[in-house]
Amino acid sequence: MRKPLGIGALLAAACALSLAVGTKDIPVTTVFEALTAFDPGDVDHLIITERRVPRTLAGVFVGAALGLAGTLIQGVTRNPLADPGIFGVNAGAALFVVLGIAVFGVTSLSGYVWFGFAGAAAASTAVYIIGSLGRGGASPLKLALTGAALTAALSSLQSAVLLTDPATHDRFRFWQVGTLAGRDPDVVGQALPFLAIGIAGALLLGKVLNGLSLGDDVARSFGRNTTTDRVWCGLAVVVLSGAATALAGPITFLGLAVPHLARTLAGPDYRRILPLSMLIAPVLLVLADVLGRVVARPGEVQAGVVTALLGAPVLVALVRRRKLARL
Amino acid sequence: MTPNPPTPNPPATDPPATANGRATRADVVRVSRARGRERTRTLVVSAGLAAAVGVVFLGSLAVGDFQIGIPDLLARLTGRGIGVHQLRVDYVLFDLRLPRAVTGLLVGLAFGLAGSVFQRLLRNPLASPDVLGISAGAGAAAVLAIVVFGASGFAVSAGAFTGALAAVALIYALAWQQGVSGYRLVLIGIGINAALLSAVSFLMTRADMTDAQQALLWRTGSLYDSSWEEVAALLGCLMVLVPAALLLARALPTLQLGDDSARGLGLPVERSRLALLLVATGLIGVGTAAAGPVAFVAFLSGPIASRLLGGARPGIAVAALVGALVTLCSDVAAQHLFGDRQFPVGVVTGAVGAPYLLWLLAKSNRAGHGE
Repeated sequence: MRKPLGIGALLAAACALSLAVGTKDIPVTTVFEALTAFDPGDVDHLIITERRVPRTLAGVFVGAALGLAGTLIQGVTRNPLADPGIFGVNAGAALFVVLGIAVFGVTSLSGYVWFGFAGAAAASTAVYIIGSLGRGGASPLKLALTGAALTAALSSLQSAVLLTDPATHDRFRFWQVGTLAGRDPDVVGQALPFLAIGIAGALLLGKVLNGLSLGDDVARSFGRNTTTDRVWCGLAVVVLSGAATALAGPITFLGLAVPHLARTLAGPDYRRILPLSMLIAPVLLVLADVLGRVVARPGEVQAGVVTALLGAPVLVALVRRRKLARL
Repeated sequence: MTPNPPTPNPPATDPPATANGRATRADVVRVSRARGRERTRTLVVSAGLAAAVGVVFLGSLAVGDFQIGIPDLLARLTGRGIGVHQLRVDYVLFDLRLPRAVTGLLVGLAFGLAGSVFQRLLRNPLASPDVLGISAGAGAAAVLAIVVFGASGFAVSAGAFTGALAAVALIYALAWQQGVSGYRLVLIGIGINAALLSAVSFLMTRADMTDAQQALLWRTGSLYDSSWEEVAALLGCLMVLVPAALLLARALPTLQLGDDSARGLGLPVERSRLALLLVATGLIGVGTAAAGPVAFVAFLSGPIASRLLGGARPGIAVAALVGALVTLCSDVAAQHLFGDRQFPVGVVTGAVGAPYLLWLLAKSNRAGHGE
């Protein structure tokens, strides 16, 4: 119990920092007042409620969603290299956003959200269907390979569009880094229900993942239906990573690395790994976002960049220090 | 804390045990027949792939805005004269198409070979160099050279080669702890990959649009400005690296049993692994320097090869042929399939190779095999 509590406290601290720190220096007392005694006429108060609160919320939910989605997907495919991207989520979302910009002339973030979500859902459904064709059903290996192959095909299409259409590339490269900046309250509001449902659902899947991690034959001999188990996990991944990618763009590192961090802390039991992933990922993302606001003032470094640059050394250190819990 | 490591697959050709634990004469015959079938299948697939590579290679030389008839083509390639339009044919053939086709062939071979060495060495079909940060190292160095230092041409290639080697050195050094376990190497590889990729995305947002577009083109991989000097350098490197890879790859089946078993069988595990990694990285670095990190060739070749071979042990030479075929087909498609618009080869490799792999996967009815 101590580890989740400790990380929960870290998360609270990270959120507090995220509300207090920004391009404009706002005293802590004002931040507190904005939350308790809100005055719509005060510009500082507006910055807190209209900018920093949605941004922090987005960070917490996107982080939790990506951490969980990564854990689910690594559990289902039993592959340490799998991340939500392996279900074609990022490639699908990216391709649809590119097409949205290039063909439909979408320029606003709230437009991107829907294209991103549709792309993520379409791609991951396709991966699941193709991966489960044939007599073997959706075996871990086939799912992983199918996802990687579909990602390859979709990225090819995407770069074909980008190479012939520099104007679209100009917009797309800013979506592609993955950031929490500039998310209006309504954009966050669009994605929040999906994220909340996905997170709640994912937390219930610990036992299912424990079964799948034993391998198909053993899981089946315990009376589990591995096919439906995989469908549930797949569904949760689609909702979680689709909504997260739609909201923040592709933030790849969290889904990949956080499950490994959680596994080194919690051991092999997914009922403990899942909640831990859910807490670790937002800590990393929110802290990365805060750091990104501070290092390049008055500009910002996008959270997606900071997460990976900061998270990679953490991952390396943990991998080196601990005896590894394998998948 | 630690659950059991996954057990590696037993070799496919274990002699079947009989009731009294001894193999009978009939069993021996059965096993040797099965092995014979595997050998035949490997031979047939390799010959078929080699023939296909040859056909596509010649096709890519013949087809284009300026058509060269097959008789003329064969005549000029073997050094015979063809009369009045020889000068024009020679220019198109020897100055434009041949260097490009040869570069495509060699780069494809190199990527296919290196990708499948990585996948088999680390016992994970997703562990290709494009996932483990090696292509990302090359890419980051090249994008840095283009965007920050305004480099082009040879400087970018040199940067990419250095970047690939530096990435591997970093990953290997970080994974070293009285030896390198494959699992640790993989995890550290993906960490480094993520960091490098996000650095690239960041550089792309800070670049001006022309540089960003040029960097995107390079990162996709193209054969646009292949020249004979480049071919010579590439060929020289591959003459050393390819035989070395094929020779070292003989340790792969033993290494795939897992570190402990391999050590038990008397294999110097660390040394074999390091040598294989070095050679495979060399192949990636050389290929990337010549054509950019042509997308997905390294990842796709191995899985396609092992599915073409069915149950037979996949040889890395077959993967190399698949790589060459995918690259050549993609370049032909990229040049001619889209009307006036020409695409770099890397745009098409994913679109050509991936659907084929998807089809093979959907068709295959073997359940849950590790390879």
